[in-house]
Amino acid sequence: MSGNHCIAEAAIRAGCRCYFGYPITPQNELGEYMAANIRKVGGVFLQSESETAAINMVIGAASVGTRVMTSSSSPGISLKQEGLSFLAGFEFPAVIVNMMRGGPGLGNIAPAQGDYFQSTRGGGHGDYRTPVLAPASVQELADLTVKAFALADEYRTPILLLGDGMMGQMKEPVVFPEPLSELPEKPWALKGRGDGASRYQASLILDGLAMERHNWKLVRKYKEMAEKETLCELYMMDDADFAVVAYGTTARIAKGAIKRARKEGLKVGLVRPVTLFPFPDKILQKVAHQVKSFLVFEMSTGQMVEDVRLALCESQVEVSFHGRPGGVIPTPIEFSRVIHRYYRRMHK
Amino acid sequence: MSKKDKVFTVKVRRDFCKGCGLCIEFCKKEVLGTSAKLNRMGYNPAEPVKPEACIGCMMCTQVCPDLAIEVYSG
Amino acid sequence: MELINNWPKYYKKDVVTHYCPGCGHGIVHRIIAELLEEMDLGKQAYLVCPAGCAVLAYHYFDFDVIESAHGRGTAIATGAKRAKPELFVISYQGDGDLSAIGTAETIHSANRGENISVVFINNAVYGMTGGQMAPTSILGQSTTTSPDGRNPEVDGYPLHITDVVANFPGVAYAERVTVASPAAIKKTKKAIRNAFQTQVDGLGYSIVEVLSPCPTNWKMTPVQSCKWIEEEMVKEYKPGLLTDKREERRKDRAC
Repeated sequence: MSGNHCIAEAAIRAGCRCYFGYPITPQNELGEYMAANIRKVGGVFLQSESETAAINMVIGAASVGTRVMTSSSSPGISLKQEGLSFLAGFEFPAVIVNMMRGGPGLGNIAPAQGDYFQSTRGGGHGDYRTPVLAPASVQELADLTVKAFALADEYRTPILLLGDGMMGQMKEPVVFPEPLSELPEKPWALKGRGDGASRYQASLILDGLAMERHNWKLVRKYKEMAEKETLCELYMMDDADFAVVAYGTTARIAKGAIKRARKEGLKVGLVRPVTLFPFPDKILQKVAHQVKSFLVFEMSTGQMVEDVRLALCESQVEVSFHGRPGGVIPTPIEFSRVIHRYYRRMHK
Repeated sequence: MSKKDKVFTVKVRRDFCKGCGLCIEFCKKEVLGTSAKLNRMGYNPAEPVKPEACIGCMMCTQVCPDLAIEVYSG
Repeated sequence: MELINNWPKYYKKDVVTHYCPGCGHGIVHRIIAELLEEMDLGKQAYLVCPAGCAVLAYHYFDFDVIESAHGRGTAIATGAKRAKPELFVISYQGDGDLSAIGTAETIHSANRGENISVVFINNAVYGMTGGQMAPTSILGQSTTTSPDGRNPEVDGYPLHITDVVANFPGVAYAERVTVASPAAIKKTKKAIRNAFQTQVDGLGYSIVEVLSPCPTNWKMTPVQSCKWIEEEMVKEYKPGLLTDKREERRKDRAC
């Protein structure tokens, strides 16, 4: 199954009952799968007039307590930032998929990782962050889609599922979880006042002190997520003295390169952040006691590398960077040569 | 008792009135006027000046944006 | 003595709104609250309030309310209504919101025939931000951003957005009304009742445009503002029924 189809199927199984989206390459198959399948379970598929409209439809469906998803790719995600900021302010759960492509501007439609900053910093206006999950296989796309809905509901926050054109198009076997039969209660949702008291949902907080309290409340939530929800894979790290740091597609390429390098006797391993926000600082700090050098590998000019450097600012280890932006997909052979170069430098 | 014989009493809730004057303008019987005294919000609210002339037509409550007028019958 | 005009059940008790003296919002708010009570819709009501002066409407309405980003009211309303069709969904919007920044959302929600009711307050000016020119400002109208009056060569022409959407097959009911006199207010209530009933009957999109005074930004008294609506504004925006396809829709549904 392709990555885009897999996300859609996993979402439906996770109880997603509304999907709003606008076509953009390279993630169209996701919306198309939803159009064909979500109605079979009584769900709603609607092709919106724009990404801006789609994300606001997401707000509407989230506000009444429905599990809801939208998906897009880089330029479309920029348009959704208004709604992401509102979702964070309202504290509404929703899952937003970004299958990144080359940029800036229209860029191209090839896989890239240039939206790391936008994703992890809270790409819209105001003081918030968006938790980001970065899968690296089709199986993980399914698992993390299900997890994204659970986290969104538990922490009342929009969750970004960050892949790229390659993750979306790639085909691999996948085992889906059983469909969820029971979803969490959402007592805060607007379902009409009925016989109870009326409620409202607003992100407008005119009083400065109250707004400040709300900002700190969001921070506490992110801190709690950092403690409980940070995910990171360590690959061939047991005896490694050199660590590659990569996520998503580049992590897959890095694994191939590391296998080659291992055959040639290099003690190389991979640290793969699965949650990009919260970022696995503590795991990197632990690894820093073991290795002499880190090599961050991204399909960008260097974004995650800043988080790695921040995490390791108090340790003496070297942090290097290798990037291929613009939609260029490096090969494992190419990257294994890069590993050799930095590895030799480390041992000089 | 026909509507004609009914007695109506109009009351302005002083502290809810912003003194916009729409009720005064639209009252055909000139029941309402402007109070000389400021209310809590600092407006000169409307007040009945010819209360006995009220015919219960409810024009004043229709145009009042602030639900500041109450009309009683009987 | 018996009180004739009881406080509407779905209007918060004894609120004093933040609206300026003579503002039309208060009148339309009251009408909505009264209709939800009379039509027994308050329990399942879900109103989207706009960015604009009415952003704080949730402090006044005593039923479920959500706020929206500027212009996105009908997108949020679409999401809520599609997710929970049993809700009675109203999008309350101003002219900047509905006919400038939210034009795409307005056009497409109307064209899809979303089963929602839109209450469109047209006061020909951006109220909350301090009286800037709106797409609906009339020619010659002086605002803070058209200080010499709206000039069509520079600013284009007043936008008749309700007339535009009234042409769409998905729009079952569209009417333009004013709140400039007691008689007009009665018509407004009737129009909004029709719009609400359109949604109850599942016939599609309904919209009522209300020409509404903004005395503060028009720099007029409330009474002068009502006169300006009746003498000037209605020349540009003629009140009346713009479309009523309810019977057609009913027949379509029956087929």
